[in-house]
Amino acid sequence: MNGPDATHSSGTRMVDAAQITPLAPARLSYRDAVRAGLRDALRADPRVFLMGEDVGRYGGSYAVSAGLLEEFGAQRIRDTPLSESAFVGAGIGAALGGLRPIVEIMTVNFSLLALDQIMNNAATYSHMSGGQLHVPLVIRLATGAGRQLAAQHSHSLEGWYAHIPGLRIAVPATIDDARFMLAAALACPDPVLLFEHAALYNAEGDLTPGLTAVDLERAAIRRPGRDATLITYGGSLAKSLVAAERLAGEGIDVEVIDLRSLRPLDEETILASVRRTRRAIIVDEGWRSGSLAAEVATRIVEHAFYDLDAPVARVCTVEVPIPYAKHLEEAALPSPERIVAEVRRSVGREGAG
Amino acid sequence: MNAPSEATVTREHGLALLREMLRIRAFEDRCYQLYGEMKIRGFLHLCNGEEAVAVGAMRALGPDDAIVSTYREHGHAIARGLPMNAVMAELYGKQSGCSRGRGGSMHLFDVARRFFGGNAIVAGGLPVAVGLGLAQTLRREPGITACFFGDGAVAEGEFHESLNLAALWRLPVLFLCENNLYAMGSALDRTEAETDIAAKARGYRIDAAAVDGMDAFAVEAAVGDAAAAIRGGAGPALLELRTYRFRAHSMFDPQRYRDKAEVEAWQQKGPLITLTTRLKTKGLMTEDDYQRLDREAAAEVDAAVAFAEAAPWEPIADLERFVYAEPAA
Repeated sequence: MNGPDATHSSGTRMVDAAQITPLAPARLSYRDAVRAGLRDALRADPRVFLMGEDVGRYGGSYAVSAGLLEEFGAQRIRDTPLSESAFVGAGIGAALGGLRPIVEIMTVNFSLLALDQIMNNAATYSHMSGGQLHVPLVIRLATGAGRQLAAQHSHSLEGWYAHIPGLRIAVPATIDDARFMLAAALACPDPVLLFEHAALYNAEGDLTPGLTAVDLERAAIRRPGRDATLITYGGSLAKSLVAAERLAGEGIDVEVIDLRSLRPLDEETILASVRRTRRAIIVDEGWRSGSLAAEVATRIVEHAFYDLDAPVARVCTVEVPIPYAKHLEEAALPSPERIVAEVRRSVGREGAG
Repeated sequence: MNAPSEATVTREHGLALLREMLRIRAFEDRCYQLYGEMKIRGFLHLCNGEEAVAVGAMRALGPDDAIVSTYREHGHAIARGLPMNAVMAELYGKQSGCSRGRGGSMHLFDVARRFFGGNAIVAGGLPVAVGLGLAQTLRREPGITACFFGDGAVAEGEFHESLNLAALWRLPVLFLCENNLYAMGSALDRTEAETDIAAKARGYRIDAAAVDGMDAFAVEAAVGDAAAAIRGGAGPALLELRTYRFRAHSMFDPQRYRDKAEVEAWQQKGPLITLTTRLKTKGLMTEDDYQRLDREAAAEVDAAVAFAEAAPWEPIADLERFVYAEPAA
């Protein structure tokens, strides 16, 4: 059960995102942005501490927390045993006890070892106690595929977690959100799971000048367009933007929505966009069956059915455990090519390109 | 603090313990009856026979201490000072219940009394107790965290993970294992290769001892000593409180896994009988004293039932409240 070593992580495929974003001076990596957010939080509030496997002396399996142990000390940057259930539960207890823990779980796959604590305790305490208890806990998890790590290190289970009332699920897909979503999560009295797509850590981009905070609930339109709406989040945002650029070259003007929050879902932004473009294509690295994509599609059908000019479409991961071989892994995942093809189908331009 | 010897037991102390145990016994017996009347539904796990554990432990703990409990927690809650009215109303599923009717028998909460709930996942409370202890340490608070769990919990990974983490970080957590010999219907020696629970704790470098859980004085003394050591910085400790559950596991248990003779033998050394005999033999309590305490307990339960009967239901319009924290009014 070893985490991928940051120094061996290629993780360059997603840098495409940076080619789309206009260049600005304050360029930094997603990893640096998350670390800056952590450092801010630790400086701003003595109740905040970070714990997880290898977050301290190792510097984080993705090097996110490198240097924080030296700056904040072992009381606040706590290496834990490989005991996901214990340290996630300890995060819950510490939150009940008046602290603001940030728990890092190396990958979402390992979070299943702590699922009892997340589902049965963190998500239920407030309601089950009649509103007496609150669990202001932030769990950061790496998620997603794309680095040939095979079937126990590559899955996208955030849609699963979004099924659970009592949790808030947020997904930073941009440098701005990587930088500022943590503060919003820490300010929230509820348990928040922040899913960081592991292939994004090396992506570089620019902070929006003057931006100092982001919210935790609203979707964002990352690219305005008229002809169809791509609804996506996390590691699929960059792929969707690449696809949108290609489609623009064909005269198809695509709007791209970054959900940012999977629970709650910003239905208002989704529906307003789909009512304008009259076409919706959901891009989700989760599997198709019982997925977040299925939920978004259903809400569109429930509330905007008569505004649609085409069936709602989905680009999801092929329903296999993620395989190791590069060509098989790539074939399993959403790709700009698959997204382009679905949009063309949606707008009735299947023969295009 | 050692358990009081026969010479040092006082009338006041003895009656206080007995009074609390009688309150719990009367409450549980009435719950059994109310279940039959379908006033209480869901799972109901009664703690008859285990009263000395709850009463002894809670007397040794203070208001700063945090409590994490299990699904068999009526006794813990009452001994901790949760009003019997609020507990009974919770079992009725009423708005006036200590969890506003959302928890029921297995999920009694009272944050003001630092009672962090009954947990219905075996061993699910242990990691949370470790975290409460971590908060007490980092915030330099005087309290400790006491975490109840049953013998069944020692088979769960969360038990082992939590003991290790508490010991590694020297957290102020007192693990209180109520060993009633059966994990539902599975006897400890049918499920564990090593049945010495204290020995397991010592494997994590945690101080551990076994205590007669049928003796409230012994429980109070042991918990008091362990809590004092923890407050002094000794790190976590574990007490195995050897007790027995007189009633079935829940209301759906035909008890095929144990002999009636075994149950009767344990009832003969039950916590109420032994304490009553001890106090009377010592001349510290009369039959009149006993009858008065028993009547007071019954009257309190009667009042709690009346309160619960009259309490309002939570409006269905409020069903979705408290899933997330509500903005301050």
